[in-house]
Amino acid sequence: MSAIEIGTAAAAPEAVPAKRAGRAQLRLAGLVLPVVLAVIWEALVRAGLANGRLMPPPSVVGATLWELAASGELATHAAATLWRVLAGFGLGALAGTVLGALTGALPVARGLLDPTLQALRAIPSIAWVPLFILWFGIFEASKVALIAVGVFFPIYLGVAAAILSIDRKIVEVGRVFRLGRLAMVRRVLLPAILPDWFTALRGGLGLGFMFVVAAEIMGASEGLGYLLVDGQQLGRPATIIAAIISFAVLGKLADGVLVALARPFLRWQDTARDKL
Amino acid sequence: MLTFDNLSKTYADGTRALAGITAEVAAGEILALVGGSGCGKTTLLRLVAGLDRPSEGRIVLDGKAISEPRADVGVIFQEPRLFPWLSVADNVGFGLSELASAERRHRVGHALERVGLGGYDKRWPRELSGGQQQRVAIARALITRPKLLLMDEPFSALDATTRASLHEHLLALWQESRPTVVMVTHDVEEAVTLADRIMVMQPRPGRVFDELENPQARPRDHLSPAFEAAKREVLRTLDRSLRDDQPRQQKTAANAGLWW
Ligand SMILES: Nc1ncnc2c1ncn2[C@@H]1O[C@H](COP(=O)(O)OP(=O)(O)O)[C@@H](O)[C@H]1O
Ligand SMILES: [Mg+2]
Repeated sequence: MSAIEIGTAAAAPEAVPAKRAGRAQLRLAGLVLPVVLAVIWEALVRAGLANGRLMPPPSVVGATLWELAASGELATHAAATLWRVLAGFGLGALAGTVLGALTGALPVARGLLDPTLQALRAIPSIAWVPLFILWFGIFEASKVALIAVGVFFPIYLGVAAAILSIDRKIVEVGRVFRLGRLAMVRRVLLPAILPDWFTALRGGLGLGFMFVVAAEIMGASEGLGYLLVDGQQLGRPATIIAAIISFAVLGKLADGVLVALARPFLRWQDTARDKL
Repeated sequence: MLTFDNLSKTYADGTRALAGITAEVAAGEILALVGGSGCGKTTLLRLVAGLDRPSEGRIVLDGKAISEPRADVGVIFQEPRLFPWLSVADNVGFGLSELASAERRHRVGHALERVGLGGYDKRWPRELSGGQQQRVAIARALITRPKLLLMDEPFSALDATTRASLHEHLLALWQESRPTVVMVTHDVEEAVTLADRIMVMQPRPGRVFDELENPQARPRDHLSPAFEAAKREVLRTLDRSLRDDQPRQQKTAANAGLWW
């Protein structure tokens, strides 16, 4: 029996770095396919076997990105897009959280609000655009409004569902310890919904990036979406692809920031590592 | 002293979970409630905990009627019901939030030692086994030094070895401050190991079938003839209660006529 214990004790410290190395290798493995494809495409175009005009090779896209970055244009466009997403996300997340909490916690509010909100949810968000333009003008406000609407629904639904699914048994423990209303919210209800709220926020942020593209394509004088349209109108596919890559990087970075902000609060979660 | 005064509970759907329970539990006594499922044991405990209100009658603890959870009543549920977002230490100290942190840390450390989990303070509940989690729940309930401790089948989900060791931890903790204990169990061995008195209940409507005194000195030897005899007595009473028979005293009285 002691031999078994010694065996496992000795094996444990080695197993951890090996596991970590394995995970890093897996992550690198994901890079193989895109890199190989890029190299093949580059080679085909260079050898004159493929026409690089509609689908420019990586070197041309890279050069375009570099030019945009060096001239400061990329930063301007990225900043405009990011501002719109953050403003829309902030408004949508705030409204979604407040209304979700209301309908989740109060049956009266659920009866009053939820049917209307569910009906509004059935409308594809883009359909609001003409109305928003009439209401808010063609500049920032209508774009932010569209993004906010897109962000609102997943967060509203997520928060309401999270509150409804709070474990009654654990709330009872709070009652046994005689928590007042506020203490119950702070010490039991909020921590209980935190993981679901975070998941909803993440989903909302992703949708925010989806809707900013739509908003900017429909008319903007700056922003990564404008860059997309500009590339199309000038017949420059490299610019379009550069904008697409910038969208991907920006979205991933924003998501990473949200994850980093939430991580200290969700350390306790069983699935935290897999989810993040 | 804890008093049940003609206690009844009828649920909204008409279920008569308890009817006319009258009993007294002395300070420092350990009372075990046994009986088939559905005879109102959980209902009774929830009423005493102040989590539900009786339909009729009252529960009086040290001269004051119970109508809501009280600071001097601790509850241990069938499941550990730990807060997964709090460390083991923060779970145990949950009811001590008013205390200065140094004092709290000291008491949490002591409580964890007492349930054999010294050094586990920084762990998350999910990192513990079921038995360890239930020990945390015991520490959490006892750290506020309740005068009355309520337990609803607290060890039923655990294996026999873990259960036996938890009995010892529990008795050791009980000996520190001697709270009154009311516990529900379906394990006769557990009832005879822990309780001073065993109340056998019967369903539809939930009521007391019979009471058995169990005055053995602690620690109790599970192999002693007295322990065996007490166990057999409880089993026999349970058996009669399930067959919807008459309780012991009434039966002898009723049968007296036949004998003569
Ligand atoms: N919340 C409730 N609503 C309606 N009936 C209930 C409720 N809780 C328990 N009961 C009923 O009351 C009776 C006693 O239940 P319970 O106290 O849980 O018994 P035990 O713990 O002895 O198994 C059962 O018939 C049960 O179905
Ligand atoms: Mg029960």
